[in-house]
Amino acid sequence: MPDATTPSRPKGTTTFQLTVRRFNRSPLAKIGGVIVLFLFVVTVFAPFFAPYDYNRTRLGMVYIPPQRVHFFDEAGQFHLRPFTYALTPDMDPDTWRRIYTEDTSRRYPIYLFVRSWEYRLFGVFTSDLHLFGTEEGGTVHLLGTDKLGRDLLSRIIFGGRVSMYVAFFGALVSAFLGAVIGAMSGYYGGAFDAVTQRIIELLLSFPTLPLFMALSVAIPVEWPPFGVFLGIIGIFSLLSWPVLAREVRGKVLSYREEEFVTAAHAIGAPNPYIIFKHVLPNVISHVIVILTITIPELILAEGALSFLGLGIQPPMVSWGVLLSDATTLETLGRNPWIMLPGIAILVTVLAFNFLGDGLRDAVDTTSHL
Amino acid sequence: MTAFILRRLVYALPTLILISFFSFVVINAPPGDYMTTMQATLVSQAGMSPGEARALVQQMREAYGLDRPFLVRYGQWIGNIVLSGDFGFSFSFRRPVSEVIWSRLGMTLLVALLAHMFSVIVGVLIGIYSATHRGSLGDSAFTVLAFLGLSIPNFFLALVIMYVLVFNFGQHVGGFFSPQYVIAPWTWGRFVDFLQHLWVPVVVVGTAGTARNMRVMRANLLDVLNSNYVRTARSKGLSERKVIYKHAVRNSLQPIIMYLGVAMPFLLSGEIVTSAVLNLPTMGPVFLNALVTQDMYLAGSFLMLLAVVLVISNLLADIVLGWVDPRISYA
Repeated sequence: MPDATTPSRPKGTTTFQLTVRRFNRSPLAKIGGVIVLFLFVVTVFAPFFAPYDYNRTRLGMVYIPPQRVHFFDEAGQFHLRPFTYALTPDMDPDTWRRIYTEDTSRRYPIYLFVRSWEYRLFGVFTSDLHLFGTEEGGTVHLLGTDKLGRDLLSRIIFGGRVSMYVAFFGALVSAFLGAVIGAMSGYYGGAFDAVTQRIIELLLSFPTLPLFMALSVAIPVEWPPFGVFLGIIGIFSLLSWPVLAREVRGKVLSYREEEFVTAAHAIGAPNPYIIFKHVLPNVISHVIVILTITIPELILAEGALSFLGLGIQPPMVSWGVLLSDATTLETLGRNPWIMLPGIAILVTVLAFNFLGDGLRDAVDTTSHL
Repeated sequence: MTAFILRRLVYALPTLILISFFSFVVINAPPGDYMTTMQATLVSQAGMSPGEARALVQQMREAYGLDRPFLVRYGQWIGNIVLSGDFGFSFSFRRPVSEVIWSRLGMTLLVALLAHMFSVIVGVLIGIYSATHRGSLGDSAFTVLAFLGLSIPNFFLALVIMYVLVFNFGQHVGGFFSPQYVIAPWTWGRFVDFLQHLWVPVVVVGTAGTARNMRVMRANLLDVLNSNYVRTARSKGLSERKVIYKHAVRNSLQPIIMYLGVAMPFLLSGEIVTSAVLNLPTMGPVFLNALVTQDMYLAGSFLMLLAVVLVISNLLADIVLGWVDPRISYA
């Protein structure tokens, strides 16, 4: 408790409190934030949320439409525990297509926290616990199956893991590069600044997607899927830093003349220390905002690249890879549900855009709302 | 004015040289070259023995100068472009690169420019409506739509439109013409058919830009409507219509015009993905194919042209900006 001799700090609001207050005032930003959080949890713990192994093919279960979940059985009786019916494959006599009919005599209740296929989480824990599933013999394909009978929901969840990781790590590395290069460029000036400015100008004169495309064909075809995955992250981080670097440089240029930097200089602080300890913390909020804006851009880029066959390579899946199955009108017309990964991209990018927009307004504490 | 343009051109020169060099580096980054692709084809499809194929391919490498050092090849490529407008030879088309690009550039530019016009006109009009009806139901609806437009992947939007048109309306989609009109001479029917195909890529490519323009226009107009000179205009009794269109809108157009220059290559890159989905005879599929088969002069020239278009359109945007906004001087 402060006594009379030490004056207590005047009660005011810190910048951080102001930022939080502003962020909370935007409902869309909060919704976006919640969805983003949800997506990260689902994709990090993908095997737990996926009811099936995403690469397990079952040729007898090709192109099952999204399966219906029932609460009422054939007799009209209500069941608190939802269930699915067994599916019997059949052949449409006219079109020779495989069709599935529900066998209402066999009900398969859906249970939470079931044990089925085994997986390793983070390469350490081994488990076979899943969020939901049915008993042996029943199926629960909430979003249907693909051309090889693989569960689409599980594939979207696992594909989301790759799409999100590529975009997240790509954005993270590029934000780091952009912040450091921008800070150094603004702080040191001179030849270093001139060279980096030219490089930034050069990289920004190319539209990003064609450049991503051109560089991704440079990833050797004989690399394993995981190598390609790292390669794509590398391409994204090497080409996405200029925007941030330019912005950080501008901020640093104005901070360089501030008293606190002069003071740090005067007491003999070395340059790197001043950059990392005094200058960068001031621009960190902008770095975070740009990070949240870059992630959806990279998700879109990864989608387009993999869709064109230049990005992530099967058997690894990403949302773009999943959508590349949906290119012919024939398969689309018969199995429209294979377009669903596109909805996943849309929702994710939308959530990140809401969040990024809210954050951008929130960190700008000097403006009025 | 002329001095300004000349100065900007001179300033752009080193950038252009760097662009061309960087494009060449990027295109040469993949291991092997087109002849590697060809060697594999010769063995698998023409039934040559690996030794024969290697010898033939080596011979062709020498003929096309692909065995020379990197810098020499770059020097020849850029020298021919500057001196004689020769962009090199496209191995997969067996024609000069410039012929391949020119034959498809028209349609590519048509789609990109129409998408550009679409996004500017629609974006600005909706932006004006949203700003003048702030907080209304229409404003909220358009704001949500704008977020959707910014977030939907091009290729997914193309897929969805294609699906709806084909299976709900029974229309032919893909390419620029229905099968019966592809090689027919121009008639009214063919023209209508052309328009029926054209709007799909235009809308798909223009969606993100429309959403962006709308948001920028709305934010700007709201700012301007709060300024003193607008209050003056209102208080002297001008009609609301005049206040908005004659005073406020003109001043909020500036960032839209600045964006005109930046947007062009992005439209072209959106066009690449969209035309791959819709199977359009434009530059998109050609570029994609050139990258995959390492038809390097074709891919490199197109990549370079994209960047050059950006530099030029930025210059044009600067000139237009000065023309619209008298506060900007060319000194």
